[in-house]
Amino acid sequence: MFLTFIHNAIRFSTVFLFGSTGETITEKSGHLNLGIPGIMCLGALGGCVGESVYLKTLADVTQVNGFAAVIIGIIFSMLFAGFGGLLYGFLTITLRCNQNVSGLAITTFGTGVTNFFISMVDKTGFIYASNAFTAYADGLNMNNWFSDLFLTYGCLVYIAIALSLVVSIVLKKTRVGLSLRAVGESPATADAAGINVEKYKYCACVLGAAIAGLGGLFYIMDYLNGSWEYSIDAMGWLAIALVIFSLWRPNWGILGSILFGALYIAPNYLNISFTYKELLKIIPFVVTIIILIITSIVNKKESQPPAALGTSYFREER
Amino acid sequence: MHTKKREPFIHIMKRADMPAWKMWLIRAVAVLIAFLVSGLVCLILTKGQHFGGFYSEMIKGAFHGTRIYSLLQSWAMLLCVSLAVTPAFKMKFWNIGAEGQTLMGAFASAIVIWYLGGKVAGSLLIIIMLLVSLVFGAIWGVIPALLKAKWNTNETLFTLMMNYIATHLVLFTINQWAPDGSSKIGILKYGSFSSILGQKYIINVVIVTVLTAIVFVYLRFSKHGYELDVVGESVNTAKYVGINVKKVIIRTMILSGAICGIAGFLLVGGSPTPTLNADLVGGRGFTAILVSWLSQFNPIIMIFVTFLVVFMQRGSSQAASTFNIGDSEAFNGVIVGIFFLLVIASEFFVRYKVVIKLKKDKIKAVREGGAK
Amino acid sequence: MEKSVAIELKGITKRFGEVTANKDVNLDIKRGEVLSILGENGSGKTTLMNMISGIYYPDEGKIYANGQEVVIRSPKDAFDLKIGMIHQHFKLIDLFTAADNILLGEKMPTFSIKEEAKKAEINLESVMITADGDSKKKYDKAFAGYYRKLISLPFVKLGKIIKFNHLARKRAENLQKIADKYGFEIDLKKKIYDMSVSEKQTVEIIKVLYKGADILILDEPTAVLTPQEIRKLFDVLRKMREDGKAVVIITHKLNEVMEISDRVAVLRKGEHIATVNTAETNEQELTDMMVGKKVELNIDRKTPVDPKPRLIIEHMTVRNKEGQKAIDDVSFTINGGEILGIAGISGNGQKELLEGIAGLQKVESGDIIFHNPKKNKPVTFFHKDLKKIKKMAEEGFFHYPDGSKVDLKGKKKKEIVKLVNDEQILFYEDEVINLRHKTPRQIQELGIKLSFVPEDRLNMGLVGNMSIVDNMMLRSYRKGKSIFVNRKRPKNLADHIIDELEVVTPSDQTPVRRLSGGNVQKVLVGREISSSPKVLMAAYPVRGLDINSSYLIYNLLNQQKEKNVAVVYVGEDLDVLLELCDRILVLCGGKISGIVDGRTAKKDEIGLLMTKLSNEEDETEVNA
Repeated sequence: MFLTFIHNAIRFSTVFLFGSTGETITEKSGHLNLGIPGIMCLGALGGCVGESVYLKTLADVTQVNGFAAVIIGIIFSMLFAGFGGLLYGFLTITLRCNQNVSGLAITTFGTGVTNFFISMVDKTGFIYASNAFTAYADGLNMNNWFSDLFLTYGCLVYIAIALSLVVSIVLKKTRVGLSLRAVGESPATADAAGINVEKYKYCACVLGAAIAGLGGLFYIMDYLNGSWEYSIDAMGWLAIALVIFSLWRPNWGILGSILFGALYIAPNYLNISFTYKELLKIIPFVVTIIILIITSIVNKKESQPPAALGTSYFREER
Repeated sequence: MHTKKREPFIHIMKRADMPAWKMWLIRAVAVLIAFLVSGLVCLILTKGQHFGGFYSEMIKGAFHGTRIYSLLQSWAMLLCVSLAVTPAFKMKFWNIGAEGQTLMGAFASAIVIWYLGGKVAGSLLIIIMLLVSLVFGAIWGVIPALLKAKWNTNETLFTLMMNYIATHLVLFTINQWAPDGSSKIGILKYGSFSSILGQKYIINVVIVTVLTAIVFVYLRFSKHGYELDVVGESVNTAKYVGINVKKVIIRTMILSGAICGIAGFLLVGGSPTPTLNADLVGGRGFTAILVSWLSQFNPIIMIFVTFLVVFMQRGSSQAASTFNIGDSEAFNGVIVGIFFLLVIASEFFVRYKVVIKLKKDKIKAVREGGAK
Repeated sequence: MEKSVAIELKGITKRFGEVTANKDVNLDIKRGEVLSILGENGSGKTTLMNMISGIYYPDEGKIYANGQEVVIRSPKDAFDLKIGMIHQHFKLIDLFTAADNILLGEKMPTFSIKEEAKKAEINLESVMITADGDSKKKYDKAFAGYYRKLISLPFVKLGKIIKFNHLARKRAENLQKIADKYGFEIDLKKKIYDMSVSEKQTVEIIKVLYKGADILILDEPTAVLTPQEIRKLFDVLRKMREDGKAVVIITHKLNEVMEISDRVAVLRKGEHIATVNTAETNEQELTDMMVGKKVELNIDRKTPVDPKPRLIIEHMTVRNKEGQKAIDDVSFTINGGEILGIAGISGNGQKELLEGIAGLQKVESGDIIFHNPKKNKPVTFFHKDLKKIKKMAEEGFFHYPDGSKVDLKGKKKKEIVKLVNDEQILFYEDEVINLRHKTPRQIQELGIKLSFVPEDRLNMGLVGNMSIVDNMMLRSYRKGKSIFVNRKRPKNLADHIIDELEVVTPSDQTPVRRLSGGNVQKVLVGREISSSPKVLMAAYPVRGLDINSSYLIYNLLNQQKEKNVAVVYVGEDLDVLLELCDRILVLCGGKISGIVDGRTAKKDEIGLLMTKLSNEEDETEVNA
């Protein structure tokens, strides 16, 4: 029972982890992307479109090539979500529009487009495609607590964790990461140092969105086994909250997302009436608020948002 | 090596000033393009059958027969929430929790109806509903403001989280009230204005119109409005002239939340079929933010922008169901999304000047440079 | 060493909106020499150099580097031309270490997939040519190797891009070498937010040198340094000159120009006036070129009439944001009817001193005693209510015009109101109020008219996006009980100020942000003196202003002084301080290093006081 709970918590956390890793990349470039919920929807839509296209090419939908299904899902999901990020980037980087407003517009647009077009996607055979996502290497299953806890997930879970580790190393240790952080801290300084600020910002917005989009893909294809549900945007907001929770560190985000996942599904594992479960669902949000308050009280330099977050950069500003 | 580099092709400059008519012309062009693009989307989705028909269906969907009343109703609701978020935004307090604040207002009204309905006189019930809604909305708004004032806690994410807390509180209560597991409380028997005044929708419109005038005057002519403007523009200057910034933040968020509370009250009491569910606000809290920003925080302009948005929502829904292109509710999300993106993008041309540098003589120079 | 031309500017023009920052400037920068760009504040020195360093792009004109026409679109282009600029506001990231800041934006190793692929192809072709017909195996192997390489290339490139930023040995060594070469002493692993201004500047210089710049531009590098640090900096610059680098130093300090530079280019109002060899000129000539006409300040300074203490500061201590003592146990007196100048290198506590007095910063300890000159003046209901007046009368604060003591006991409310309104109740003595721990609002409500012209006009004194009229109300909008603001009086005041001070503006509804620096200052000072203050504090009120506007400000301050106002003038130009002020207080390291008489003090005397404390510290260090 408890093992299943932890297992499912880790599994569910992947949605948040993709979202928060993507959003962290974007925020490190100084862009608060409130469009993440819409972008995660777009990612889910992209994944569904991709699978649908792939399944159409098959004579028999049960004969799904696992690798192809996963790769096509990932590529389409990243393309769709990346497009959302590009749109956001164009508005806020090139056109220098207000980031909050642009982000909300992207969320409106993304959820709208997704909700509308998802009904047109032919979802027959999604269950088989989904199996490709949830499949794990049977050879590794030793039927003990260790394998239950660590080895029995779909590939996206491992991808998410690996990705967040890679991102945190890149951000912290590499030249690219240094430059990106510089862009988010002080674009004028980065610019003066010869860094192509716009390029970094665009890359961060598009890549961040593409990664966040995988969260949507995972939710539909892995967690829901290929069925559709309109609740991705709520998880998108939580992913944004998780960025703050993890103090802009994707590796801490892994733990944070597991905690969020646990809190999110915990009510289902408690033997209480469904009425009170609603009340328990408040906990992740309250925890986020508490973290927000604590970080604002402690006010340590290293745990603050990137200094230029939310401001657009114009070199010739006087 | 460096001689090969051309001069920047496009040069962006900040505009010093722009006449107001030109500013509005740019925005009007953006709106027109939005309509055009929406038509094209419809054209594509109907496989080339309907383009002109889209617009006539939109107008029909918005104004035909009794639909005009529900249009006005939606307009009043969105305008009310937009008015609510405006004072805070003018103060540069990024309150994206209007959704939750409004829901709490509605929640309060529902609570009053649930426990007092039928026990007190109808008009008294409505007054109590209004007051409790005001208080609930204000409380939901002031919590982030207090923490912002005390520790400078990020208000954007705080207010966002408050939305979900409100949603789950409402869901919890609904489940409590409807223990049969239906998670629906149905239509409440009491607390609707229409039952008292015999008017279905018009009262909401009147109330919101009056509210618009009040908010306009408050922002433009009152000392409070002036103070929050100074705080929004420059906290340092505000401190310099002795404005108590914390007090202004808290006061303004109480006001903002309270107006959201009114909106919630109208959502419940102003409907001929009052009820409570978690989706009652229906994303208006977020749409209102966009509306308020696009209206330059001016309540008078807001009247028109809100109208435009509501027209697009209702019109495109109608068009979608007539042409049978998928989920009509979802379709208006697409159209409104396009509308917002285009109008937001147009702000760039209001603030910046784009100079295309490659003039004839320059092209010649570049060619010569390239030939080297 | 031969002095070759490194950079040549021809006909450079740059406009910001309607303001022309640079007009048709021609200039050359040579290797192996130090060129000074001399000009007043706002003469376009920085803008001109920003166009060389890629921050701005010129509207007209051409730039030549090493004789070839170049286009500098971004700082990156500038680096490619080996141009490095050290800005006045350091472009460093607080959160990073010095080494990270220096390594930031370092060029990527060049690696082109296309070229590598070509190489592989050539290699393959060579294998194919050498291979004999029968060695098919060798043939296949070569092909396989070729494709393997093609596939691996993008990954190799990725690896190069995401190359680990080994700060550790090699790079730190390289950095240290540069630092040693020019004699810098610095810990490169320290984070910037822990560094002093001088250290930050050092980091900037190492950064530019590390990137291999041989054309160095320094924007006002000495503004924030102590004389010792300036000496060290100049030594470094000389070493660079000997190294054959072209050094450009932007400044408005003549003594530095004479000391360090080989040539001087003078800018005035965006135009290039002349470039002369330092050896063939003198300070007088340069000044003439800089200001256009002979500078005779000739500020009309009257002898103070009956100066009496207005503000007495006792043992005041203020801490800055970082928690250091910015003002450390300072005591002095500000008199009514005189101008007290405050001199000092910027950042030595001037800001904290004024803001502490104005109630904008927390005063940790000490007192600010305000003597309200109320003796024999009638009490009003403006700042005191009936209850307060009654209480004060009881305590013996008032007397009637005939000299007898006021006794309000048993008097009816109506009677008292009449007495006050008829101005029959007079103050017996000056009011004495301690301003410590009072907010600006409380100070205002106490009836203390304390005006303050802050340093950062558009960020503190005014609201840039608001109209002139709305800015006029900032101080006075609270008046009256109405919940609405009254814009009539502010409008009259705005029109009056526009008229009186000749503010150039399209209308009184124009946002202040759109006005030029001088006009912004006129609006601010105009508003601050409109309330007939008792104390007027002005921080760098003529910074960035042209000569005429500056004189207008000097005259306004003098008028206030004649009205018996206690005027505090914080300035940076010692000539102005010496001609304007009656007394000059010199701040150094948050302490008063001396108070001198403005009429008799010598310039070098003040200069010495400005650096006094740091000298002492140096000596103790040597002794230890």
